[in-house]
Amino acid sequence: MSGLKPVREVAIIGIGITKFGEHWNLGLKELAVQAGVKAVDSAGISGEDIQLIVGGNMSGGLFTGQEHGSALLADYLGMNPTPAIRTEGACSSGGLALRTGYMAVASGMHDFVAVGGVEKMTDVYGPQATTALAGAMDYETEAYFGATFPGIYALIARRHMHKYGTTRRQLSMVAVKNHENGFHNPYAQYRRKITVEDVEKSAMVADPLRLLDCSPITDGAATVILAPADIAKKHTDKPIYIKASAQASDTLSLFARQDITTLGATVHAVKEAYRQAKLSSKDIDFAEVHDCFTIAEICAYEDLGFTKKGNGGKLIEQGETALGGRIPVNTSGGLKSKGHPVGATGIAQIIELVTQLNGEAGKRQVKNANIGLAHNVGGSGATVTVHILSRDR
Amino acid sequence: MTKEFAVPFHWRRFKERYQLVGSVCDHCKKSYYPQRVICPSCRRGSHMKEMIFSGKGNVHSFTVIRVPPEGFKEYVPYIIAIVELEEGAKVLSQVVDCEPDDIKIGMAVKSCFRRIRTESNTGLVLYGFKFRQE
Repeated sequence: MSGLKPVREVAIIGIGITKFGEHWNLGLKELAVQAGVKAVDSAGISGEDIQLIVGGNMSGGLFTGQEHGSALLADYLGMNPTPAIRTEGACSSGGLALRTGYMAVASGMHDFVAVGGVEKMTDVYGPQATTALAGAMDYETEAYFGATFPGIYALIARRHMHKYGTTRRQLSMVAVKNHENGFHNPYAQYRRKITVEDVEKSAMVADPLRLLDCSPITDGAATVILAPADIAKKHTDKPIYIKASAQASDTLSLFARQDITTLGATVHAVKEAYRQAKLSSKDIDFAEVHDCFTIAEICAYEDLGFTKKGNGGKLIEQGETALGGRIPVNTSGGLKSKGHPVGATGIAQIIELVTQLNGEAGKRQVKNANIGLAHNVGGSGATVTVHILSRDR
Repeated sequence: MTKEFAVPFHWRRFKERYQLVGSVCDHCKKSYYPQRVICPSCRRGSHMKEMIFSGKGNVHSFTVIRVPPEGFKEYVPYIIAIVELEEGAKVLSQVVDCEPDDIKIGMAVKSCFRRIRTESNTGLVLYGFKFRQE
């Protein structure tokens, strides 16, 4: 992978997020505008200062009939003729938006960039949503034969259990932990604690994955404002610095990979992120990882280097990723409890990092949170972004 | 809003779905499904040739789909598996003539020709390979 050399450092100076959940009274544009306005307000700038809008959105087309969401957003934010770009990498569309905005500021091309993500998923019924999400995998060789998105992660889970002895209970513990955290997040979709028994009695979706192993269908939007680090303190007392912005790709189809229990793109992206930040996995105080399914969080522990390959199940069992553990993961509630509006998720993760780094996470606050990592996955790992944020420049 | 396409969308894939046709790189000897123009290992040094797989392999991983996408409701519950073919490439499809409780990793399977689904608007019947225990 090529070595990124930013011309200048980049800071986050404002954040805005909607409540995640089922918003019957809000459409795609209202959600995006709500998060955008909050972010601009918190950045202490005016909309006229924004030179570029980058919006992550997986499938406005299949979920709402609306493509071209970038221009829609600029329009309804009243920001024409500001340029707007939509990024799409399935569930990593938000991570791609941040990376695109980061490149725009780091290169010196733009000063103030609004980076958002939005997905409106509840305007279609369940089977249509399942079909839309199936587009994140290889359509002609996976979806064609009747594979579903939970089914693809179930294939990963089954092989991980076979190869490393990962247990049903360990998968359940991921969901239990994330609901425990999400209970304390006012923006989370499901603020409800659950037990291992709840998970294991929930309806089977794709063996061995049950309903409570799966992230939900969610409406929501999130926005952050980027600025050059040199001028960040003019606008906020608490800028958060982006120390790394990395991305990698892998085969679209799961079956084409040598080892289906590891997300190769995560391994490559995080290696590049640690290189950029001049850090190692030991320096990370807490992380938001892409737990679209419980098994995905266990794979992420391993692929991000928080533990050795095959040991992810034990990490959750030993409580190391719980709040108060060695490396708290998904303090926001993760995709599981906070909700997963696919295009917004990558930005929502960043908002949790900023909230934690600023010491504003209330009952879910991580002690001594100085460096946080965000891991956003598209499909079964064909696109992965990793960002590392720091309180200190 | 069912995703249904014009006939050529399916017609151009008949060969790879009916006969399990992929590619082999004459340079590194790696085989791939579906067909590729470029070998990811050899890239510009690749020399790709058409390859018809024997259809024999073993189950690498599996799941049982209980919540189907559009068009698959009548088949639920059905088994989806990744099969490692004897030539080395892996593929994904359903395993049929097998109860959900009987499927196991490592089980020997062979491809068979089956109906995949029928499109509701056009009535087009889609076919392809599935697997059954050998």
